[in-house]
Amino acid sequence: MKTTQQKNDTLNIVFGGIGGQGVLLASEVCAWAAIYEGYHVKKSEVHGMAQRGGSVESHLRFGKLVWSPLVPTGKADYLVCFHSEEHDRLKPFLKKGGTDLLPALDEARRLLINPRYLNVFVLGVLSRSLPFRENNWVKAIKMVLSKRLFAENLEIFLKARRVER
Amino acid sequence: MGDNKNSKISFLSGNEAVAQGAYEEGLCFAASYPGTPASEILEYLSRFPEVNSQWSVNEKVAFEVALASAIAGRRSLYASKHVGLNVAMDPLMTSAYMGINAGFLVVSCDDPGIHSSQNEQDNRLLAKFAQIPLIEPASPKEARDFVGEAFKVSESFDTPVMLRMTTRVAHTKENMSIGKRKEPVIKEFSNVIEKYVMVPRNAYRRHINLLERMERLKSFSEKTSLNRVEYQDKRIGFITSGVSYLYAKEAYPEASFLKLGFSFPFPQQKARMFASQVKEVYVIEELEPFLEEELRIAGIKCKAKHSSYRIGELRPEDIPQIVKGKKKKEVVAPTRRPVMCAGCGHRAVFSVLKKLRLIVTGDIGCYTLGALPPLTSLHSCLCMGSGITFFEGFRKVLGKNVVGVIGDSTFVHSGIPALINLSYNKTNGVVIILDNNTTAMTGGQPHPATGVNIKGELAWKLILEEICKACGADNVDVVNPHEVKLFREILERRLDAEALSVIIARAPCRAIKREKNNPPIYLKDKCKKCFVCLELGCPALNKNEDGFIILDTNLCVGCNLCVEFCKFGALVKS
Repeated sequence: MKTTQQKNDTLNIVFGGIGGQGVLLASEVCAWAAIYEGYHVKKSEVHGMAQRGGSVESHLRFGKLVWSPLVPTGKADYLVCFHSEEHDRLKPFLKKGGTDLLPALDEARRLLINPRYLNVFVLGVLSRSLPFRENNWVKAIKMVLSKRLFAENLEIFLKARRVER
Repeated sequence: MGDNKNSKISFLSGNEAVAQGAYEEGLCFAASYPGTPASEILEYLSRFPEVNSQWSVNEKVAFEVALASAIAGRRSLYASKHVGLNVAMDPLMTSAYMGINAGFLVVSCDDPGIHSSQNEQDNRLLAKFAQIPLIEPASPKEARDFVGEAFKVSESFDTPVMLRMTTRVAHTKENMSIGKRKEPVIKEFSNVIEKYVMVPRNAYRRHINLLERMERLKSFSEKTSLNRVEYQDKRIGFITSGVSYLYAKEAYPEASFLKLGFSFPFPQQKARMFASQVKEVYVIEELEPFLEEELRIAGIKCKAKHSSYRIGELRPEDIPQIVKGKKKKEVVAPTRRPVMCAGCGHRAVFSVLKKLRLIVTGDIGCYTLGALPPLTSLHSCLCMGSGITFFEGFRKVLGKNVVGVIGDSTFVHSGIPALINLSYNKTNGVVIILDNNTTAMTGGQPHPATGVNIKGELAWKLILEEICKACGADNVDVVNPHEVKLFREILERRLDAEALSVIIARAPCRAIKREKNNPPIYLKDKCKKCFVCLELGCPALNKNEDGFIILDTNLCVGCNLCVEFCKFGALVKS
């Protein structure tokens, strides 16, 4: 995949959803793919009560050198939400001309993706436009997911990554 | 401190990085009580067989065992959230007098923005109050690196050191290399009664010693590389510490910085020198005006944030606003509220308490969610243990209509002395222990009543019903709260009695014990749309677009609480 991203820019992704949707897992996989690609990576999230079905938000930034762990409002290159209410709340993070991954949820529904794999599917869609090589994505998924879940999740991820729009 | 090419790459949170750093520096002992955002420090340390790590029953106990281990001669660590350190204030204050022997770190994870706490106090003030050095990492990588410096400071000045983190350091992850463990420092315990027995005469001498130490630490603060000057464009100079440094750096990468990693005692001369070199000095810090006051004491003119920024977290986009001298634009974005899990035993208890219209004194834990709609049946929550102490005060004034609730972990933490206080002071009434066999809110850590320790080994098990009797409870009942009728019957009987009763409502935490029964069956034609079932606030039950009920069978675990509450037989056991 061709990359348009300069290595010394910070790339910002905001992930959002509700407890139990795998928001943190998705951002963790993406973070590892960035690490394998050789970037400096910071990821910020709040744990605690969110695990009881509350809002979950994870900020991921990578580049040559990352300062703030938080993405400033209006500076996210990508907004990845697994829940429409959370999408409305997090929309101010998206920069002008940034990519909103909300359509990927519809894509997943059209393809009848089991809600359990929604996070990995959307990640696959996101991967189409991130400057990471496929083998690093695979390594990242292997790193984060348990052996038991690796194969099925990889399959969904690749399915989403390779669908032509 | 540089990243060694031969070492392993890891992606660690600030908490994990503190633990990793401490491990590499030869940490031998660690103690804590779980609390967000600090819990992962001990969880990570528990993996290392070389570190004797423990969940203690509360923070005061954790602090004292860890301090003693340091005095006895091994590098030790105490960790807690900000409010946890309040529980350990008593030993903290005097530990500064005693000093340590091998290094002793007090890790405080503060929670600006109150993501999961009862207040947002700034524990830098506690370091100053206790007169102990304060080290503030800005990022996970720094957290790992600063641990080694902190141990050195602790040992060379014979003092506890506070390593102060905030949520955005503790719960940020960063890639870094990790290394191998160094040979642990082993110090002989020296039996010095004047130093370790804090009777008035000795304490008075140690207070003199403490102030002398502070003078030496002041000189150290001027020299240490933890306080770093970065001269660039000299029109703006920022003085800042912790994660605030990163926000300021993000907003003004070209400006000059005095980046404080060792912020108390404050390096006055270094700050004066810096201020003389830049045109305008700005202080950027979260919560209290801690650095700002130190600068004013040093007679340095500075521009500080508007006082509205004393509330809540800073964000990178706030920095230009602060520089412009503007007020904080308070935008409280509505976030989804957390809810008790489907099938949670607490919901069953609160549904009965609500029906009986009781005044309920609460405590810290998942069950604090009982205060939220639709249940709204928990009426106070102050701190750990206050479910019982508030019960006593309320009961003595308001009478029989009051019950107290407390969790099992919380009961062990602070509830036991509170229960003894009830019986000792002849208080009658009902206290309910919501026993889900874990410390649920912070992620399911074990405690003495679970019979398992931090390493997952079987340990001595505290039997709650026996301890309640020993504390003076006249009646102790153990009930499954999902047996709603039985639970209600016992509760009503105990409420009427002139006695002190404890009801242990025992049902395992659903987030840990994930077994499922079949969901109930919804018979739409019998539903009168009274929505009593929705009053339970179960995430598996919702109003459907057609005005009826929809039962989410993915979420439902088949506790059948809704079946108990449906008068019209529209929800039936399958």
